[in-house]
Amino acid sequence: MTEATPRLSIFPLARERTFDPPDELTRRRAEAPLQRMMYGDGHEGWLATGYAESRAILADARFSSRPELMHSALPQRVELRRGPLPPGFFLQMDPPDHTRYRRLLTGQFTVRRMKQLEPRIHDITESRLDAMEREGAPADLVRSFALPIPSLVICEMLGVPYEDREKFQHDSSVILDLEASTDEITAARDDLLAYLGALVAAKRKDPGDDMLSGLTASGELTDAEIAGMGLLLLIAGHETTANMLGLGTFALLTNPRQLAVVRDDPGAVENAVEELLRYLSILHIGPTRTALEDVEIGGTLVRAGESVTLSLGAANRDPERFEGGDTLDVTRSAQGHLSFGHGIHQCLGQQLARVEMRIAYPALLRRFPGLRLAVPPEEVPMRATSAVYGVRRLPVLW
Amino acid sequence: MKIKADLERCVGAGMCALTLPQVFDQSEDDGTVEILDPEPPAELAAAVRRAVQLCPSGALSLDTTDAAESAEPIE
Ligand code: SF4
Repeated sequence: MTEATPRLSIFPLARERTFDPPDELTRRRAEAPLQRMMYGDGHEGWLATGYAESRAILADARFSSRPELMHSALPQRVELRRGPLPPGFFLQMDPPDHTRYRRLLTGQFTVRRMKQLEPRIHDITESRLDAMEREGAPADLVRSFALPIPSLVICEMLGVPYEDREKFQHDSSVILDLEASTDEITAARDDLLAYLGALVAAKRKDPGDDMLSGLTASGELTDAEIAGMGLLLLIAGHETTANMLGLGTFALLTNPRQLAVVRDDPGAVENAVEELLRYLSILHIGPTRTALEDVEIGGTLVRAGESVTLSLGAANRDPERFEGGDTLDVTRSAQGHLSFGHGIHQCLGQQLARVEMRIAYPALLRRFPGLRLAVPPEEVPMRATSAVYGVRRLPVLW
Repeated sequence: MKIKADLERCVGAGMCALTLPQVFDQSEDDGTVEILDPEPPAELAAAVRRAVQLCPSGALSLDTTDAAESAEPIE
C-alpha cells in the first residue's frame, strides 16, 4: 500500500454529486482498494472500496457480522453498535444462529413465490397511479408512489396493519438516521419492538394467513424472537425499495435517453433494474465486518479483531469490474453487483425487491409519459445522513 | 459437467433460480436450492458457470471430469 495520502479518518458520507459516491472514496479506491482507516472509537481498522476485495470479504466466514465485535466507522453510534441485539435480528448474527432464523424465512422469499405475488403488486401499483392521477400534479413521488408500494406489500406479507404506517415509517427512519443519538435510536427500536411484540401476541391467539402468524405456528420461536425478525423484515422491506424507486426515478428523469428505454422496451426492464441497483447503491455506508482470525485479502493482512467497513457504492463502480461504472447505462450487464450484498447475508428480500421494481418503474413511466421534475434537480432534498440513501421528497409534474 | 449443491451452505438467496430457472429451483419449505437438471446440456454451460459464480454462499460447485472441460493448466 502506498502512503501517498494521509490515513483516512472516519468514513466520508458527504457527496459532491447527487448520484455518485463521495469523491474521497473513489480516490481511495484508485490508491488502494483495501486500506487503513481510523474508526470513530479510535480503532485502527480498514476501508474496502474495491469490488474484488469487498466480494471476498463478504463471502468469507472468517469475517463476523456481530455488533459486539464491531467498531463504528462513524463518530456517532459507537455504543449502539456494541449494544445488545434484539433476539431474532439475524442480520447481525453469525452461523449457526443466523442460519436458524434465516432458514425459517427463505421458503417465503423464493423466486417462484415472488412471481406469484406479481399480480397483487401490479394491482397495488395501478391503484397508487390512479390515486396520483385523481389528486393531480404536482405530487411528491415519495409519498404518493415510492413509499406506499413497498410498504403495502410488506405489510400484507407480514400481517402488519398498513394503518399503522406512520408509526413504523417514523421509527424506522430514526433507526436508520446516522446522526440520531444512541438514546433516540434505542427508543425508536424499543417502540417498534413493543408494537410488533403486541401484534405477534395477538396473532398467536388469533392467527391470520400471514408471515408473522406463520412464524408463531412454527413452534420454534418466542414472541420476542418473532418481533425481532419482524423488525428486520419491516425496515428492510419498505425503506430499501422505497428509496430505490424514489432515487431511481430521479436518476431516470435526469437521463431521458435511459428513461425512454425503461418506458418503451419491456425486454430491457430486468437489466435496467440491475443497473439502477448497481449505479445507485443506496446503502450509504457499510456493511462492516470484523475479522475473527487473521485473514489475507488480496495480499493485505487483516488481523483478528480488526473491523473492515465496505463502500458498496465505490465497489459497484470499480473500473476493474464495471467499465465506465460512473455512467448509468441500463443496457449494460450489471450482473454481479453487490447492492444486495454477497455471502450468507445476501439480501433475503432481493427477489421481492426485483419484482416490485420491475413492475413499478415502467408502470409509472407509461402512465405519465410527460413525467418531469417540478423543481430544479439541485433543489431535490436528499437523505444525506441516512444509512439508506435516497430522496426525501421528489416533486413531480406530468 | 455435473452440478453439485451443498444444502448446508445454501442460504436460499435464489440467485441460481433467477439466473437459470431451467436448471435451478428452490424448495417450498426452506428456499434451499433444488437442482432440476444436474447434468445440463453443453449449450447451457456458460449460463451454469455464471449461476455458480453468482451464488453468494458458495453452495454450488461443478464437477468437470470431462477432460475437455477441465482444460485449466495444472501447476
Ligand atoms: S444461489 Fe446459492 S445460496 Fe442462493 S439458492 Fe441458489 S444455491 Fe442456494
